[in-house]
Amino acid sequence: MSVLAVSSLAKRYHRGGKPFAAVDDVSFDIGPAETLALAGPSGSGKSTIARLVLRLIEPDTGRIDFEGADFLALSCAALRSCRARIQMVFQDPLAAFNPHATVGRVLDDPLRIHNIASRAERPRRIAALLERVGLDAGLAARAIHEISGGQRQRVAIARAIATHPSLIVLDEAVSALDVSVRGQILELLLDLQRQERIAYLFISHDLGVIRAVAHRIVILDSGRIAESGDARAVIANPQSAIGKALVAATPKLIRNRP
Amino acid sequence: MTALLSIRDLGVVYRRDGSEVPALKSVSLDVLAGERLAIIGESGSGKSTLALAVAGLLPTGALVDGTIEWSAGQLQKPRSVTPLSVLPYTAGRPEGGVKDRQPLHFRLIGGRDIGFVFQDPSSSLDPVMPIGKQIAEVARTHLHLTWREAFTRAKILLERVRLPDPDSALHAYPHQLSGGQKQRVAIAAAIAAEPMLLIADEATSALDTIVQAEIVALIRRLVAEDGMTLIFISHDIALAAALADRIAVLRHGELIELGETRQIVNAPRHAYTRALLDAHLGLDAEPLLDRQGASA
Ligand SMILES: Nc1ncnc2c1ncn2[C@@H]1O[C@H](COP(=O)(O)OP(=O)(O)O)[C@@H](O)[C@H]1O
Ligand SMILES: Nc1ncnc2c1ncn2[C@@H]1O[C@H](COP(=O)(O)OP(=O)(O)O)[C@@H](O)[C@H]1O
Ligand SMILES: [Mg+2]
Ligand SMILES: [Mg+2]
Repeated sequence: MSVLAVSSLAKRYHRGGKPFAAVDDVSFDIGPAETLALAGPSGSGKSTIARLVLRLIEPDTGRIDFEGADFLALSCAALRSCRARIQMVFQDPLAAFNPHATVGRVLDDPLRIHNIASRAERPRRIAALLERVGLDAGLAARAIHEISGGQRQRVAIARAIATHPSLIVLDEAVSALDVSVRGQILELLLDLQRQERIAYLFISHDLGVIRAVAHRIVILDSGRIAESGDARAVIANPQSAIGKALVAATPKLIRNRP
Repeated sequence: MTALLSIRDLGVVYRRDGSEVPALKSVSLDVLAGERLAIIGESGSGKSTLALAVAGLLPTGALVDGTIEWSAGQLQKPRSVTPLSVLPYTAGRPEGGVKDRQPLHFRLIGGRDIGFVFQDPSSSLDPVMPIGKQIAEVARTHLHLTWREAFTRAKILLERVRLPDPDSALHAYPHQLSGGQKQRVAIAAAIAAEPMLLIADEATSALDTIVQAEIVALIRRLVAEDGMTLIFISHDIALAAALADRIAVLRHGELIELGETRQIVNAPRHAYTRALLDAHLGLDAEPLLDRQGASA
């Protein structure tokens, strides 16, 4: 059974008074512990799909099944418990958190809101979460704005896994990181996926990053799926015009290794 | 090739909240006339500081020493200045929404002209002025043209940067353009007064891959057509290697390595350069998924 199945999803907005489809007839599914990448040029609808899947916005038409249940029809209480099982990590954790909050506070919230641990137990859980993402437990006392971008993204991941999700939506989560930090974060995500069997909806405009971590890829163009399939096969031999353009535009580092 | 400018023992220290932040430490390098030089390094390594120092645009209060000598033998004592619009300080890569506008073109002492393209084109474009007028303004001020001549030049520049429908684009406002189109306009304005040096500081970092490739191709073409020298600043070693003749690698404010692109990419001398190369995730790299032996 798939963790997430999206079918015929559509979302229209208005631009210059005229309606246009930001997302148009999009269908895909993601299995347990699978990474599905969404690629496409800017404005192709990637973030809109992320927000639809997170139910931050409602689709005009279409269906979303999460862990076998009709996600769009869930009652308020059921939605709340489902929300714990779908988490997110965005490009800029500074925008997602109150920069003056401490790291500990940021991790305390989900544990409290979703009744995952008692007040007495939470400091220990927070320490364990920090260690799980490769951070020192002592970081809990620091303010979000005091730590580095890479550390912040690890905190965002710690927060996402606090509620034992089966799916994490990552929208350009590694795009702003330096390459060395990016590599470490990607390794961490892969490790978590193997240990906790988390599925990822992994949004990136960078095919190199996608190829490194994704099992399958969906390439979007103007809100529609241009092509999809095995990530490596599609990137090695794209069939759609936009897929070919994306591959051609990716900077190539040609090294003659000795 | 002769040196367009020679940087010797350049040091920059910023002062912030009573503490001193060293941003460049004794950097020496020559920028050769007509070359495309890439400056690479991770965020905070001092790339933008180097660019600002060359342009004479460091914020007031920065402590600067060393020399920057231009080809004609004029010594430009690198110093901190207060430019017409003061550069705002943003930690890491700027995110836009900048209040003070960043200048597009500078005339240094001795008439050295530099065109500057920043990551966020909105930071150097006036939101309430038609783009044709903004480009014409640069040409008029620095080339002493009449408005009429300057507008003619602006239109030619919009054609040269391949903005669709240049005639109506002259009257468009920045918000009516996409991110890539705005960057084309910023480039047109930066080259409007025929600078001998064009500095592009992460000029494509906020753009998607396809638009980035178009802008890099545009910069390459304009630099070749006008015989400009290019300093191309990027955190992306693959992008830098695709464009530059030579690459300088900065780390923690120090110049780690400088060499021909081929040498840097194939035979890096410094372990840090090799680490940057190895961290690149190309379309031919071994996927991390395989390295970890994981699969769904
Ligand atoms: N709230 C909104 N109102 C109007 N248009 C929107 C809104 N959100 C997104 N869009 C538009 O929908 C399209 C897709 O946007 P987005 O999903 O953010 O693309 P991507 O993440 O692939 O860059 C774009 O044209 C964008 O301008
Ligand atoms: N105006 C400023 N005031 C204080 N510190 C600054 C300022 N500009 C840059 N810095 C610091 O100087 C160092 C180098 O920054 P920068 O030249 O912007 O690096 P890069 O462009 O490689 O990311 C960093 O530690 C940065 O935080
Ligand atoms: Mg997006
Ligand atoms: Mg910079």
